[in-house]
Amino acid sequence: MKNFKAVGSRLLQLALVLWAVVTILFLMFRLMPGNPMAAYIDPTFTLEQQQQLMAQFGLDKPLWQQYLIYLGNLLQGELGQSFRYREPVGQRIWILLPNTLILTFSSLIVAYVFGILAGAYLAWRRGSWVEQAAIPLVLTTRAMPEFWLGMVMLAIFSFSLGWLPAGGTRAPGNEYSGFLDLYTSRDFLAHLALPAATLAIYSQGLPLLLMRSNMLDVMKEDFVTMARIKGLSNWTVVVRHAARNALLPVMTSFAIAVGYQLQGNVVVESVFSWPGLGRELVNAVAASDYPLAQGAFLMIALVVIFMNLLADLLYAFLDPRISHA
Amino acid sequence: MPEIAAPAIIKPRRPHILARMFRALRLPMNDPFAVAGLLIYLVFIVVAVFADQIATHDPTEILYTPAYDLAADLRPGEDGFIMGTTSLGRDIFSQLVYGSRSALLIGITAAFMVALIGSVIGLVAGYFGRWVDAILMRLADIAFGIPFLPFVIVLAAFLKPSIWNVVIAMALVLWRDTARVIRSQVLTLRTRGYVEAARVAGSSDFKIILRHIAPNILPLSFLYGSIAIGWAILTEASISFLGFGDPNSISWGYMLQDAFASQALAKQAYYWFVPPGICIILVVSAGFFITRGYENILFPKLSR
Repeated sequence: MKNFKAVGSRLLQLALVLWAVVTILFLMFRLMPGNPMAAYIDPTFTLEQQQQLMAQFGLDKPLWQQYLIYLGNLLQGELGQSFRYREPVGQRIWILLPNTLILTFSSLIVAYVFGILAGAYLAWRRGSWVEQAAIPLVLTTRAMPEFWLGMVMLAIFSFSLGWLPAGGTRAPGNEYSGFLDLYTSRDFLAHLALPAATLAIYSQGLPLLLMRSNMLDVMKEDFVTMARIKGLSNWTVVVRHAARNALLPVMTSFAIAVGYQLQGNVVVESVFSWPGLGRELVNAVAASDYPLAQGAFLMIALVVIFMNLLADLLYAFLDPRISHA
Repeated sequence: MPEIAAPAIIKPRRPHILARMFRALRLPMNDPFAVAGLLIYLVFIVVAVFADQIATHDPTEILYTPAYDLAADLRPGEDGFIMGTTSLGRDIFSQLVYGSRSALLIGITAAFMVALIGSVIGLVAGYFGRWVDAILMRLADIAFGIPFLPFVIVLAAFLKPSIWNVVIAMALVLWRDTARVIRSQVLTLRTRGYVEAARVAGSSDFKIILRHIAPNILPLSFLYGSIAIGWAILTEASISFLGFGDPNSISWGYMLQDAFASQALAKQAYYWFVPPGICIILVVSAGFFITRGYENILFPKLSR
């Protein structure tokens, strides 16, 4: 019962945050300098198109009515017409979203597998020279600008060595019959390698440091001492008893990391010309394609908000000692 | 018979106010990482202050070789350019030196704003509790729902290009982490005996916050401030790289954008785009190292 109430209040909080972010977005794009209609209407649209959009978004009405219409349209997934692509923003975003998600998840999975293993190892080898050298190194990877790391990788592996392609998702001229055909092709994976590696190098620090400090905490708990007294081997104690318990908070941090990664993607996608949401946001803002910029921003915000929610719920679910007070 | 000196009246001298403030920060001077971090800061501050003396050229001036050719894409050492020149014939070393100015300027002001706003909100929310706390913490929830980098990009596009956009955006959004941590710290401090005593003795809320609670959270504010310096520099670099920066101010992010747009990668001009990245890493990791030293003092449980 108590749990239901906690989840209920968390969902209420979610609704508040969603409403606030949507409202901030509305205000940002309406209060910008210039023509208030510029948020949806490009002068090059035909008169018919302009009138249709005018009616659809109520652009001739007072601001508060526009706001209500905007909310109503959002609920139906209606985001307007992209100026540059001449197609609905929603459609454009659905094309880009898979590219961003594939990049995000492939890099994060690599980062987490490496980070968890290396973190557990460093906790086990605590005080050794390996640990002494590794920790500042890991902190340094956290201090790198992601796009700069991308530039260095690009210069080395693409331009100097010529091993991997420099950008995009496929070699020019290559056509693929479908979704799965493209995403499993060798061509696509070669294009994915560099941006994913860049993001993975940047992201591995979080799970690594978290895993290490959790391991050190868990190793001091009574049940680990108990396992040692029982005479279990060092390996069994570390892996089967300590690591399992240290893993839970690291797994919940995965959800948070997805949100952060999506923001970092903005620059890395730009370096590698990766056709994803982040690069589209940058291009849309630069080209004053406001409907598309709003849509891309909203999509990124939605993922961030839902991942925060997921992390909170997972945390409470995996560790019942934590209550939503 | 030994003479017994009259007991000197030892009057406890109150140290100077600056000395007391310095001590209140509890700088982690015995942690080698933290000292290294502080030293890196010191070096960059010196370079930023004396940039006019250290730089060999005007960072924006288009330069010519002694043979009156455009000094474009020269390698390090050629014609006396220490680190070579850009494709437009500008001196890379001088840009690097002047870049430290905007980095520190943005880093320190943004960190100050974030630490100040976050600390005040955390203090007020934690101390007054009830509806004040509820409202401020819901605001923090909202701030956590805003994707930071996309927010800066949109903001930078609508405002005039300026290095201060990053500072404004950070002040608007990134106070959230500091505020949450300070608030929970204040919640425990509020129940301490000496705070109760001050309240019973009739001290005003304002005085209790300022005299009894604020000094105890100062190191925590400083810790979050030193993380924020790094965030600000990284964000400025990203924004400049994406082309939303101030084209008239030389920053490390601007240098990287210039290099990227001028095909420095394909030209193998490592001497151009590697140094600004190294400088960013040095300054940002200096902040991390100081933070680590702090954590050892503030949360001894973590230090092992």
